[in-house]
Amino acid sequence: MKEFFIVAISIIIFIVIFQVSKASEYLSILKGEETSRKQTNKLSASLLFGFLILGLIGVWYCNHLYYPKTLFPQGSASVEGETIDKMMMVTIIITGIVFFITQIVLFWFSYRYQEKEKRTAFYYPHNSTLELIWTTVPAITLTILVVFGLRFWFKITGDPPKDAIVVEITGHQFGWDIRYPGKDNVFGKKNFKLYNNPSGNTLAVDFEDPASHDDIRSSEMHLPVGVPVKLVIHSQDVIHNVGLAHFRMKMDAVPGIPTTLWFTPKYTTAEMKERTGNPNFVYEISCDQMCGKGHFSMRGVIVVESDIKYKTWLSLQSPEYKTIFKNITADSTAAQADTIKTPLAKAN
Amino acid sequence: MSSIATSTDIHIQHGHEAHSGQHHHETFLTKYIFSQDHKMIAKQYLVTGIVWAFIGGLFSVIFRLQLGFPEQTFPILESFLGKWAPGGRLDPEFYYALVTMHGTILIFFVLTAGLSGTFANLLIPLQIGARDMASPFLNMLSYWIFFLASVVMVSSLFVQTGPASGGWTVYPPLSALGDAMDGSKIGMDLWLISMALFIISQLMAGLNYVTTILNLRTKGMSMTRLPLTIWALLFTAILGILSFPVLLSAAILLLFDRNLGTSFFLSDIVVAGKILPNEGGSAILYQHLFWFLGHPEVYIIILPSMGIVSEVLSVNSRKPIFGYLAMVGSLFVICILSLLVWAHHMFVTGLNPFLGGIFVLLTLLIAVPSAIKVFNWLTTLWRGNIRFTPAMLFAIGFVSMFISGGLTGIFLGNASLDIHLHDTYFNIAHFHIVMGVSAFFGMFAGVYHWFPKFFGRHMNHPMAFIHFWVTLIGAYLIFWPMHYEGFAGMPRRYYDYSSWESFKMFNGLNEFISVVAIIVFLAQLLFVLNFFYSMYRGRREKTTNPWHATTLEWTTPINPGHGNWPGEIPEVHRWPYDYSKDGREYIPQTEPIGPNESHH
Repeated sequence: MKEFFIVAISIIIFIVIFQVSKASEYLSILKGEETSRKQTNKLSASLLFGFLILGLIGVWYCNHLYYPKTLFPQGSASVEGETIDKMMMVTIIITGIVFFITQIVLFWFSYRYQEKEKRTAFYYPHNSTLELIWTTVPAITLTILVVFGLRFWFKITGDPPKDAIVVEITGHQFGWDIRYPGKDNVFGKKNFKLYNNPSGNTLAVDFEDPASHDDIRSSEMHLPVGVPVKLVIHSQDVIHNVGLAHFRMKMDAVPGIPTTLWFTPKYTTAEMKERTGNPNFVYEISCDQMCGKGHFSMRGVIVVESDIKYKTWLSLQSPEYKTIFKNITADSTAAQADTIKTPLAKAN
Repeated sequence: MSSIATSTDIHIQHGHEAHSGQHHHETFLTKYIFSQDHKMIAKQYLVTGIVWAFIGGLFSVIFRLQLGFPEQTFPILESFLGKWAPGGRLDPEFYYALVTMHGTILIFFVLTAGLSGTFANLLIPLQIGARDMASPFLNMLSYWIFFLASVVMVSSLFVQTGPASGGWTVYPPLSALGDAMDGSKIGMDLWLISMALFIISQLMAGLNYVTTILNLRTKGMSMTRLPLTIWALLFTAILGILSFPVLLSAAILLLFDRNLGTSFFLSDIVVAGKILPNEGGSAILYQHLFWFLGHPEVYIIILPSMGIVSEVLSVNSRKPIFGYLAMVGSLFVICILSLLVWAHHMFVTGLNPFLGGIFVLLTLLIAVPSAIKVFNWLTTLWRGNIRFTPAMLFAIGFVSMFISGGLTGIFLGNASLDIHLHDTYFNIAHFHIVMGVSAFFGMFAGVYHWFPKFFGRHMNHPMAFIHFWVTLIGAYLIFWPMHYEGFAGMPRRYYDYSSWESFKMFNGLNEFISVVAIIVFLAQLLFVLNFFYSMYRGRREKTTNPWHATTLEWTTPINPGHGNWPGEIPEVHRWPYDYSKDGREYIPQTEPIGPNESHH
């Protein structure tokens, strides 16, 4: 019923606008097209000026409402993200200045130079000095932005510090798998042909590789605060993207081409709960590259905690090798044993 | 050179005589359907573009319902869409199909074909002083192949597994594997075939535009006497010719990967529990091929609007465009640079950081010619005598939108900031404002300005003013707040944000945006109504030159026949921007330079 009502009202408004517009066109012909055109011209000029004023108030109001909801007031949760925030602020200020000047000039000129009978327009086809000024000023400003932007870019995309811990994250439709390299700090090799769902080897790890035997698999990423972490990013099917808004980090997960990113978490999850005043706060991993029907639900969670808590958590996890082979021996029907052995044998 | 000119003259005269002789024998089919008259082809492109814009806009309204009211059901949707909206709520798969089709339709079918197709066809012969395009037949063919592409795209809406749904960029492996998504089944093949046809049509059109502009200019119409619309359309056509073939190759390779078992873009994939045999391909290769067109494409969309706006601003300020040569030069620089910046869409794909650095530099360089254009437009208004026709209002709106959207490009082009903003609502706000809304404003300015030339009538101005104000205010209300969502990292292409602790606080804002989007969509229907009503019943044009403009199209009769000028094509003696010179309101291009006239 409500929908019907809305549709009916819209149609009536439509008809009214249409009829009034037609009538006012006839009216303008009766009044003399030239006089009514001049009246409309004045009105348009005033409306443009009004739009400028209301627009400026609107910009302020929107900022007032939504700036607190952006991530800038709570600050970056990673050390590297702070440089991004700094760069962001510099860019906001520079573009903001240009924005206000040009918009004000645009609408002010429109209002100020509206058609007047007494005035004739000023024939002003070019001025080389002026044009040179507004070529060089933007060029210099942009050079400054490029220089600073690239300094941060190379720093962020450069090699991580030597003491960085390494964590592997693998995307698939629609979820994330996390793997830790275990005590030897080396990941076991992977080969997508070893993928085996019934046995649980969905990460396609090559268990013939001894390095895989202490690797830990988890559905949740735990990280120690203040320690640089390097993520090695894989995808099993389509392109995904590890989006870490709070850490200001983002990197595609591409099938067949592993990528990396690194950052240093600055606050634990508990600290962030306090900083944001939100008791439900969690660091979320969002998939930021369209990956299929469930794209919007491809959510991961990162728990940042103190070094001790992190180490305790890690020591409580049992390696994937053990869980998988325990499963197989527990209900070791011949068929199931085959399913895992056959692809292994093939790969070798 | 002289021999070429002569043969052209012969061709023209022959063509003209043939047509004036035939004029009364034209059948419905040759006049309205398989017409070779550039003006009729322009109308065909425009009407097809309007139909497509309606479909694409309607799709956005439907998916905005889901985004704005994720908890609510709309039984009316189920009655129209059936299994795509079970229980009155969009199915995620269909939501993504709508998003994909919205992008594809508006970028390619409306703002490429609808915009350049319309104005290149209408304005090139009329403004350079030619009887028709260099090859009227090729011109007709380009429209009908575009139409065929449209038919294939529409048909993909009706296949059982739905149309393509992997986003308008259709990145493989998602788009290559039917197992990854329903939209990647037959709908995707149709999408690729439609795009291939579309590209062929655009190449035919582009070659024709370039040839016509270079060869068929009337006597005295040197390149520096061309109106800026023609310069813009020339660079648009050149860009299209250089970049569209690369997309064609990507589309063909993707068709091979999908149907012939090749591995251009596929490697190491397990999808839906199946281990695929493909090895050695690169999914990133596709992105390079795609964006090699994809980035010039945004300039293919915006350049014609820039040209139209330059013309409209100058005519209605009663002033010459400021810095004509700088305007042409900046178009040229934009054209070159736009071919060299494609990888800025790929900063977070694992691109080599050094290569990324080069692309940052080239990308931000493009801001310089863009800034020159904005400052020159502003100076054109300075000390003018401005008439606010509907076209002029949209031209001013264009400049405002182009500033707002252009400045946010400086964020996204700077790789370190792009890490945070990539694929968020900030990005959506940026490209909708700078490419979508701006290009539409240029298109509206063009339609309102040249409507008398199209149909010998005027559109209803009061309705046009309402259309303008609702669209301008609405567009800002929709897209301005999205920047804040982007600053919060809110990802694009999400069906529902309710389960995300980090993004659900924007649900109220999303609802507001959806309501405004519906209102703005309704305002566009007002434009459509005005357009078709005025075509038949609008105020009749009484003079040949309603806006007191200098360019050649206003020297033709009110309703020019095939061949445009009943007599000789007029000769051109001056540039097109002599407004308010030496105390005269305007001096047409056809008037010889007077003995006492000042030089500019």
